[in-house]
Amino acid sequence: MKKFSWRGLSIVIFICVTAFFLAPLAIPNLPSWWSKHHLKLGLDLRGGMQILLEVDTSELSATDARNAVEQNIKIIRERIDQFGVAEPTIQKLGEKRIMVQLPGVSDYKAAENLIKQTAMLEFKLVAPSEEAKRVIDAIDKNISGNLDKFPALAELAKKDKSIIADTTSTDSLQVGTGIFSSLIRPGEMDFEVQYSDVRLIQELISDTLFAQFVPIGYQLALDKADTENPRADRALYVLNSAPQLTGADLAKAKVEYGSATSTDPRVANKPYISIEMKREGARKFERVTADNVGKRLAIVLDGVVYSAPNIQERIAGGRAQITGRFTATEANELAIVLSTGNLIAPIKPVSTSIIGATLGSDSIRKGTFAGLIGLIIVALFMVIYYKGCGFIADIALVLNVGFILAMLTAFGATLTLPGIAGIILTIGMAVDSNVLIYERIREELDIGKAPRTAVDAGFKRAIITVWDSNLTTLIAAIVLYYLGTGPIRGFAVTLAIGIMSSMFTAIVMVRAILDNFVLTGTKTKLSV
Amino acid sequence: MRILKNPNIQFVKYRYWAYAFSIVVLLIGLGGIIFNGLNWSIDFTSGIAATLNLKAKDPNVAPLPIDELRSVLAKNGFPDAEIMYVGDEANSVFQIKIKTTGKGSNISAEARSKLIDIIQSEFPEYVKGRDINKEVIEEIYEVGPKVGSELRTQAFWAVLLALIAMIIYIWFRFELTFGLMGILALFHDVFIIVGIFALTGKEITMQIIAALLTIVGYSINDTIVIFDRIREDLKKNRKDPMPVIFNKSINETLSRTIITGGTTFITSACLFFFGGSVIHDFAFAICLGILFGTYSSIFVASNLVIDLHQITGKEKKTLQHLTKKKK
Repeated sequence: MKKFSWRGLSIVIFICVTAFFLAPLAIPNLPSWWSKHHLKLGLDLRGGMQILLEVDTSELSATDARNAVEQNIKIIRERIDQFGVAEPTIQKLGEKRIMVQLPGVSDYKAAENLIKQTAMLEFKLVAPSEEAKRVIDAIDKNISGNLDKFPALAELAKKDKSIIADTTSTDSLQVGTGIFSSLIRPGEMDFEVQYSDVRLIQELISDTLFAQFVPIGYQLALDKADTENPRADRALYVLNSAPQLTGADLAKAKVEYGSATSTDPRVANKPYISIEMKREGARKFERVTADNVGKRLAIVLDGVVYSAPNIQERIAGGRAQITGRFTATEANELAIVLSTGNLIAPIKPVSTSIIGATLGSDSIRKGTFAGLIGLIIVALFMVIYYKGCGFIADIALVLNVGFILAMLTAFGATLTLPGIAGIILTIGMAVDSNVLIYERIREELDIGKAPRTAVDAGFKRAIITVWDSNLTTLIAAIVLYYLGTGPIRGFAVTLAIGIMSSMFTAIVMVRAILDNFVLTGTKTKLSV
Repeated sequence: MRILKNPNIQFVKYRYWAYAFSIVVLLIGLGGIIFNGLNWSIDFTSGIAATLNLKAKDPNVAPLPIDELRSVLAKNGFPDAEIMYVGDEANSVFQIKIKTTGKGSNISAEARSKLIDIIQSEFPEYVKGRDINKEVIEEIYEVGPKVGSELRTQAFWAVLLALIAMIIYIWFRFELTFGLMGILALFHDVFIIVGIFALTGKEITMQIIAALLTIVGYSINDTIVIFDRIREDLKKNRKDPMPVIFNKSINETLSRTIITGGTTFITSACLFFFGGSVIHDFAFAICLGILFGTYSSIFVASNLVIDLHQITGKEKKTLQHLTKKKK
């Protein structure tokens, strides 16, 4: 039909690329190699959870720190995969931050726990009750002289004092002594803590200063809160601080359900976790159980005692169970965390956002509606103002919007709400190049040039302006891309693609349509 | 159809009126910033922003009054919580914003779980029978103090960097005076919008920073179209004095300036009216930005170039630089 031209080829490629990547949006049942390219929606549009985590590498050397971040990412990825989230995004941000995006997740608490749990699994011996009492007495004694270092305890002591002063009793209760043991009471086997004091005890246990007052070789730990009865008393254990086994000895962990007829009330009809140890771990376990028959072995996870069964006999084979008032979800979560190993360095969330799915779909609906209205008004305006040429610009406009969506699909970028805003803005700005060119053509026509020469001159002059003005906008978009994370990046990307494609359509495509279909023969009039 | 047929408005002659107008608006904005301060969102400070749907499942439960929510939160340790309705009052959807102060790195996360606990324990009748994660919480966003202050620095540098990059580009393509005055006009636009946000007490969020950068991009685009025309006209009419040529160029590009401003304004207005609450302030900033950006391109940027040239007396040098034949 016509001789080959680069312009023609580029237009054909432009349209084909757009059609190829947009097809999956419109046509169902495409072959999978085709439909796997589909437009990804950002968290703000489909709902889900985003957590920005920071890895605490303060206690590691520089190389270890770098490895720790990488290693943590790997572990988190494994945990999330096992948790079953479709299309999670896990990326490293900067030196020691990790961004985790979990689209579609609604049980955010479980997800968050799953990710940030350090999962330090340890098996520790429980101190026999005589020994435990001695430890508590020692703590009381150590603390009474240093009460000023623990403001919360000092306040309690002050309150006690006023109570004693009120009563005229001659009881020789000395204020300041036994302040720690006043918070706990001896239970059947271990000490018990009332719900109202749990928080204080928790704070003390995790306080490094307090740890200095605990006799060497021992540590205190609470048991796990009962999910069904969170206000129940909690047990306080005195443990031998040297771990007998750790998570490193573990081979795998999985959830199992105890049979309803089981005689053990902790297992009957309830989920528990069965663990299997590595060969070496199994050996250690065998030795520990053999040496400590009659004692109790506490299973401690992240400083909390899950269960502390009595060692009845030597256990060979390296299998054990963790019971501990789990719900099914908790057990499941814990099994995942245990089998993926513990995090190399602790992580903590620095920023979290949770977006419900309703809000997202609402945003899509409203954004699309606003975009359509804007598109229709601008398109109508162009046709009314520039007539035939306006119509050509409208074709280019629609192709522009298509091209932005196609490019987002092609790059695997995500469409966010600010991204939709970017597209809508592009609709307004995309006609700018056309307006510049058409205004120029009109000027040329006004001074009496024939349509063809007017179009040539108009394009030639306007193109310089189009380049200059669009490049500066592109600079803003690039800066925005480097500044932003998540949604803002989406906006920058759509803006940048929009600028480039609107330049292409205005300079190349509209020109081609004018040259080949409008300015044919010796036309004396141009509809502009 | 034509909006303006060969306009000849004396923009250059009456530029001092425009300057006076700009200065008044800038001063009002400055007043707003000084007296009201900027309402930085939790993106840049730290805290939580939650959207909660508290419409009870049981139709017999009366809708939760916003004052009750406010007083319950105040009683439970959030006296400064900002609470407002999202959408219609009857929907019982509330937006709650709580700024956290303090140094602990977990304060925001703690505030988040505390808020959820309060809602669950104090308003059981509104939560009953609904999944708190799926149906009650529409959105929760939480920023720790470290990230917040980092973002603020980052946003500041981004806007500054964008402006510097543009000065360099215009310097390279035109001449330094044009670059400097073009950027001065941009500062003018950004400052006015920030001032309006201070006056109205609207929050400066990350989205608003994005809007400001978009405005910067849009406004410089507009200005450059006029600069381009000035450069061309200077080459064509070497004998005319500079102010005459500047005025001619502004007029020649006027219809384009108005049409592009108009189409972009219309689409952002659509976003403002139909785009939903999440994007509302963003669209508001863009609408304002287009108005002031268009205004400053026509009335401020190129006029400032004239004035600076008259002050420095470098008119001739610039002329030579711009009209020398390249290529």
